[in-house]
Amino acid sequence: MMEDILLIDAAERFAKGEMSHEEKIYFEDLRKNNAELDQAVVEQIFFLNQLEDYSTTTNFKALLNEVEDNLIKEKFIVKPSVASKGMIVQLWNKYKKTIAVAASIAGIVSLFIATVVSNSTKGDKNINLLVGKLNDQEIKTRRIENKLNLLEAAAPIIIKPKLDAKFRATGFMIDVTNNYVVTNAHVIKEASHNLIIENIKGDQFTANAVYVNIANDIAILKITDSSFKKLSALPYSIRKSGVELGEQIFMLGYPKQEIVYGEGYVSAKNGYRMDTVFCQLSTSANEGNSGSPVITKNGDLVGIITSTETNAAGVVFAIKSANIFPAIDEVKKLKNNEKIKISSSPALKGLDRVSQVKKMENYVFMIKGN
Amino acid sequence: MSSIEHDRYLLEGLAAQNKATVEQLYKEHYKMVQSMVVNNNGSADDAADVFQEMMIVLYQKVKPGNFELQCQLKTFVYSVARRLWLKKLQQQQRFSSDSDHLEDIVNVEEEVEYHIKKQDEFTIMDIAMSKIGEPCKSLLQAYYLEKKHMNEIAAFFGYTNADNAKTQKYKCLVRLKKLFFAQYKNEE
Repeated sequence: MMEDILLIDAAERFAKGEMSHEEKIYFEDLRKNNAELDQAVVEQIFFLNQLEDYSTTTNFKALLNEVEDNLIKEKFIVKPSVASKGMIVQLWNKYKKTIAVAASIAGIVSLFIATVVSNSTKGDKNINLLVGKLNDQEIKTRRIENKLNLLEAAAPIIIKPKLDAKFRATGFMIDVTNNYVVTNAHVIKEASHNLIIENIKGDQFTANAVYVNIANDIAILKITDSSFKKLSALPYSIRKSGVELGEQIFMLGYPKQEIVYGEGYVSAKNGYRMDTVFCQLSTSANEGNSGSPVITKNGDLVGIITSTETNAAGVVFAIKSANIFPAIDEVKKLKNNEKIKISSSPALKGLDRVSQVKKMENYVFMIKGN
Repeated sequence: MSSIEHDRYLLEGLAAQNKATVEQLYKEHYKMVQSMVVNNNGSADDAADVFQEMMIVLYQKVKPGNFELQCQLKTFVYSVARRLWLKKLQQQQRFSSDSDHLEDIVNVEEEVEYHIKKQDEFTIMDIAMSKIGEPCKSLLQAYYLEKKHMNEIAAFFGYTNADNAKTQKYKCLVRLKKLFFAQYKNEE
């Protein structure tokens, strides 16, 4: 570490021309006689140039946006206006363009992504939000805009016995102490008023969105309902590393009013060129499967179902489970370092599939809202 | 002022990220780019994106300070925007290759390819930046993006002196570098 710091300091001053004449000669001499050091300096200078480019480009982009906004105000640039909506929807709209491109094999084929949130209101224009133009540049933008959107102030939810739900999706428990549930960010944006979760028995509980990361399409909900009975330790563990090609997986979700089991395998380690947030599965998923947990036979939770490719059957994209951890870290920060521990028991290991599903189904919820 | 002088004046302003110049460039060329995009299967939003990207390409050209425009700025702007838009259309398969029609304008293939490479690098850095966490991210941004002085940074982040802030900055830089190269070397 110390040597790294010395090297950075030297390389930075060297690159900026801040070294004294003598120091410069000494430094160049060192580089000449030590190939390893020279290599490190070359790398360091390259890196500093990259950082410099990054900084100027970021500043320039901000300038472009500022000018563009002004010209829109002056009505010199006319864009179709977005109707005023709730905060979540606005946030969504802000990022939808970049999310719509969540999957493309850039430059080769363009894919159209359909989210797997089931909308019971037909013709709801929100459902089109994820069906969009896809291209290489925009995928990058999506990642560039990897900003965290914290929605702590999400509106308090009123308990309504029979919620007239507008959509249905899936979520699963990650912390039994604080009752945190993970689902997709694009699920949450469907809820402009109420959000509830429903367990396998059909009991409904109110929930709040505590964290939404639109770029990675992850949201964390907290079950706020006092009538919710705490569950025992998670039967699955959440994998921190990636997935293996060919790994057999199964999933549980709510593509209809009852829980549905599905299975398949990992068909690609990454979702898209350059994008490591996602992986690709060969299985089937339907509307309502968004947010479904993807589990291996040993009880490792490895992914969260997000979307399907509409013009290629059986291609399903899932967020890798490793992305859950940074989300939890953000929640911790938000909640003044609340202790969130993902404690799990190896309850699924070695069981047959029927027993595994039985153990799991209490931890998988239907997410509904309007 | 001749149009050549006018263009050169604008490019100098652009290199300095002058806001008035950027606005002037929008005023002079936006409508042209917009109609090109809109008349070729694009929306108003697409046009705004293409224009911004074209501006970045142009900025990358003028920033080193040795760019000599070989044609009217307008022609260059149009060529780059067109090339960028065609690339997007091809990626979306909304359009077949149009290379036959490209011969009548300036060849900007190289510029656009360079831009794409730079954009990849930008993305990698951006991801690395988003992964280092706080206070590293804010600290590095304050120093490298906002060009704040170390004394100012020390005061803002609550370090007792500039040297402490500097040490912290180095540590952050080491982390950022690791994250950056982990991804960068993957890409190659």
